[in-house]
Amino acid sequence: MIRFRILHVDLSSRGLHIEEPTPEIMAECIGGKGLAGHYLHPHVRREWDDPELPLLFMAGPLTGTSAPASGRICIMSRSPLTGAICDCSVGGSFGWQLRRAGLGGIVVTGRASAPTGIEISDGSVSFSDASGLAEAGTDLLHRDLRDRGAVACVGPAAFHGVRFSSIMVDGVYAAGRGGLGLVMASRNLKYLTVKGTGSVPAADPDGLREAAEDIRRLVAAAPALMGEYGLRNCGTAACYDLMSWNRMMPTANFRRTFFLPAAGMNSHAFSERWKPRRVGCKGCHIQCKRVGEDGVHLPEFETMSHFSALLMNTDLDAVREANTICNSMGMDTISAGATLACYSEITGEKLTPSRITGLLMDIALQRGEGTLLGQGSRIYADEMGHPDRSMSVKGMELPGYDPRGAMGMALGYATSTRGGCHLRAYPISHEILRKPVATDRFSFEGKARIVKIAEDMNAVIDSLTACKFFFFGCSLEEYAAAFSAVTGLDVSAQDLQRTGERIYFREKMMNSSLGFSALDDDLPSRFFSEPGTHGGGIEVAPVDREEFLAARQRYYTVRGLDDSGLPLGEKIIELGLEELS
Amino acid sequence: MRGLLDKYAAKLVTAGLAEPGDPLLGGLDAELEWNREDDATPVLEEVIGGMGINSILFSRPAEPYRTIIEHLCRGEVSSIRPRDAETRTFLHDLPVVRELAAGPLLEKLRIRKSVIVPGRGIVTWGTVSPEQAFIFFSSVCFACFVKFFSDLLEERRQGGLSSLSRTVLARVLEYLPEYPADVPPLMSGPFGKEEDVYAAVAQAGRLTVENGLVDSFFGNVSLKWRNTLYISQTTSSLDELEGCIVPCPLDGSSCVGITASSELGAHKETLSRTGADAVLHSHPRFSVIMSMDCAEDCPDRGYCHIRCSWKRGVCGVPVVPGEVGAGPTGLCNTLPAAMEDSNAVIVWGHGLFTRSIGDLNGAFRRLLHIEGECRDLCISMLMEDH
Ligand code: SF4
Repeated sequence: MIRFRILHVDLSSRGLHIEEPTPEIMAECIGGKGLAGHYLHPHVRREWDDPELPLLFMAGPLTGTSAPASGRICIMSRSPLTGAICDCSVGGSFGWQLRRAGLGGIVVTGRASAPTGIEISDGSVSFSDASGLAEAGTDLLHRDLRDRGAVACVGPAAFHGVRFSSIMVDGVYAAGRGGLGLVMASRNLKYLTVKGTGSVPAADPDGLREAAEDIRRLVAAAPALMGEYGLRNCGTAACYDLMSWNRMMPTANFRRTFFLPAAGMNSHAFSERWKPRRVGCKGCHIQCKRVGEDGVHLPEFETMSHFSALLMNTDLDAVREANTICNSMGMDTISAGATLACYSEITGEKLTPSRITGLLMDIALQRGEGTLLGQGSRIYADEMGHPDRSMSVKGMELPGYDPRGAMGMALGYATSTRGGCHLRAYPISHEILRKPVATDRFSFEGKARIVKIAEDMNAVIDSLTACKFFFFGCSLEEYAAAFSAVTGLDVSAQDLQRTGERIYFREKMMNSSLGFSALDDDLPSRFFSEPGTHGGGIEVAPVDREEFLAARQRYYTVRGLDDSGLPLGEKIIELGLEELS
Repeated sequence: MRGLLDKYAAKLVTAGLAEPGDPLLGGLDAELEWNREDDATPVLEEVIGGMGINSILFSRPAEPYRTIIEHLCRGEVSSIRPRDAETRTFLHDLPVVRELAAGPLLEKLRIRKSVIVPGRGIVTWGTVSPEQAFIFFSSVCFACFVKFFSDLLEERRQGGLSSLSRTVLARVLEYLPEYPADVPPLMSGPFGKEEDVYAAVAQAGRLTVENGLVDSFFGNVSLKWRNTLYISQTTSSLDELEGCIVPCPLDGSSCVGITASSELGAHKETLSRTGADAVLHSHPRFSVIMSMDCAEDCPDRGYCHIRCSWKRGVCGVPVVPGEVGAGPTGLCNTLPAAMEDSNAVIVWGHGLFTRSIGDLNGAFRRLLHIEGECRDLCISMLMEDH
């Protein structure tokens, strides 16, 4: 059985109480994303700045145990950027400390009268005055608070109202997408710290050891993880050359898909320049993050891609500097880079390195041109009279995989519940990284069901709060064994998959209640009319609109949605969600 | 989906894993499609409906696999536990159910990638492609083949084969295809153009499959040209390497090799230690079987695949421990050193690596020769007993 103690914090009254979800709720939700959705659903129609809309921090059932890479946490609320539901899986040590402090999650409501910190240490919870810290960068705050355990905080951008503000964990792990940092700042919550000294028991320690061994063996056999050019040796930057080689590197605000100077701005170039060492999340032996010898964190793949190719920037220092600014100010690097690219296309200005970093500071502090840019590319492009130049889905800017190079990715962007996000269906796994096997990336054949299955599976992974990267090597089969060993429940991979379907479908229900429909499950028009950059024996044609719509229709059928992308009554009943509809 | 279903149905037949007309493949997108009609489709439809998968495969295995699998499933066996390293890593064990009914199939398929139904066939599935179902099917056949011969070798050591074992062995040997006697030369180096390098790698892969030197079409091939190593991609099929060869600069200046074979590190290290230009690796069945046959009374028994401390060899070829990939017990830690002293090395329970200079001719011929020797040795050891 999974026992989770959830701490409810009302910032308005400074009220605290502990609640334990029933075993039935835990079985239906698993933890993490699933449990956060459970708490969000009744309030989802509240606006993002409504103090009664909960901001949720949920660990998973494996967090704090010896199950590999399960120390992540899910943060969830409604997105100020898209208006849709939004959850982020974030690494670091927050979840691990939370479980060791005897808690499974935190539900934050209310609004403090002034910037505030919440400090949790095992059984005790206290509030602290953070009035003088609103303008503090996340890196400095982490440095000053880290003796109090794990730190989740927002930077100045959130307090200035940037719609793509992030919540930073332990200084460098970003809950980046969708502007959850702005939700946190709107409650006058500057930071949370948590420290725990307990342990998280497993019902069957031998079973957990065996499952962990299976997971490690499969991870070792996966070139994308432990290979010479895998995430352990090269970090997520390893994907940079791959996207370039496959002619799907978003370039010049997605006008092209190949950036010639990319060959000199890759993982190798960063390593030569800054001689990094590897770091990473608690409980993970891959350690895919990088810190240069001067102590500065190096950008991850998405950031490298958007602050080089997307902006046509060839200055390596500017890429690293942009990453540092975004992390310290607390802004999502993907949305920040893509919004600047949108600005560059609309204004026709080629952004120099100093303009890039200057505009980022203007956005973070909401001054000059940065005021409008801080609202995200969709609002900016609308205001400028060029809505088609915002390369976003549901208002969330697209990351570093051009959809013309992978049809599953094109469909996955459109159907994602949080908008332009690659991580819900993660088709890159089979379309590019060939895991579990390769699929034809230029074909929609079979992709509707593949996307749906992957969305369900990733909903499980984010509910277990495991790391998606591990699934380049292993499958739910091994994590189901770990889950069973920890909880004492006898649960198969397919049982979890079914639970994942329910979790993801509930997100569709929440979005539909907010007015999202097929009109929003779409890609920017550019992808249907303009080709990518051919070369290296690869033709990158526009996405065929008819085929895309047919695949989306098949996805709706498989997912249990009607032609408008709205949940079907019979599916709601089949999944036992009628009470929530 | 129909194209993929037909492709893998045909591939099962050409690989000698199923007989023509036997493979039944279903693929599900919005609609469920089958490659042909069959009485089993209602049961399999129920299975696919009860799982988050997109493809299913059911077929009788061809001979000699059918005889072998029936033999291993006799009695009350509820699961077969293969000993070879590859299957242990990816499939764990092979459940057996006694009837082709949705309930028992679902119970096992929810936790494993295959189910054997004695007298009927093997059921496997995929989440993104029928190719996964094909691979699992092939792996079950391979694992059972290896286990069958390994068990017999063990039985022989324990005092001799039973009459049942002898009868089954005789039957299996009747079905074994002839060993290829003469193979034409491969493309020869030195190569002047990059496209010839790609073609040479693809040709070596294809001939390895055509000559029956692989399990599931898997293995890997690499060839060094100028400052780049051209290596087959992970999960690529050795008989279809065109478009699946990745050029990895040897100075490490690019990470495109992230999709290279999981043995890239072992290939690179082998080449740098030996001065060779080419490495070929596959899973020839008898080399794998013989690598696992060990009479030593050893404290590491059960862990031979990761820490065999004896200096062993088969047919003059060293045998070393090592798991797939680059973990602490990975073969990347054991293979390259062994390749310094020998142009061929067998990794315990996994497969055979060979190397050569200039092109892949030497590596390919060595592979073919060693597997032939291992096959002769294995059969003669078992027949001695008759
Ligand atoms: S692989 Fe990277 S992101 Fe995943 S848990 Fe490990 S360090 Fe964190």
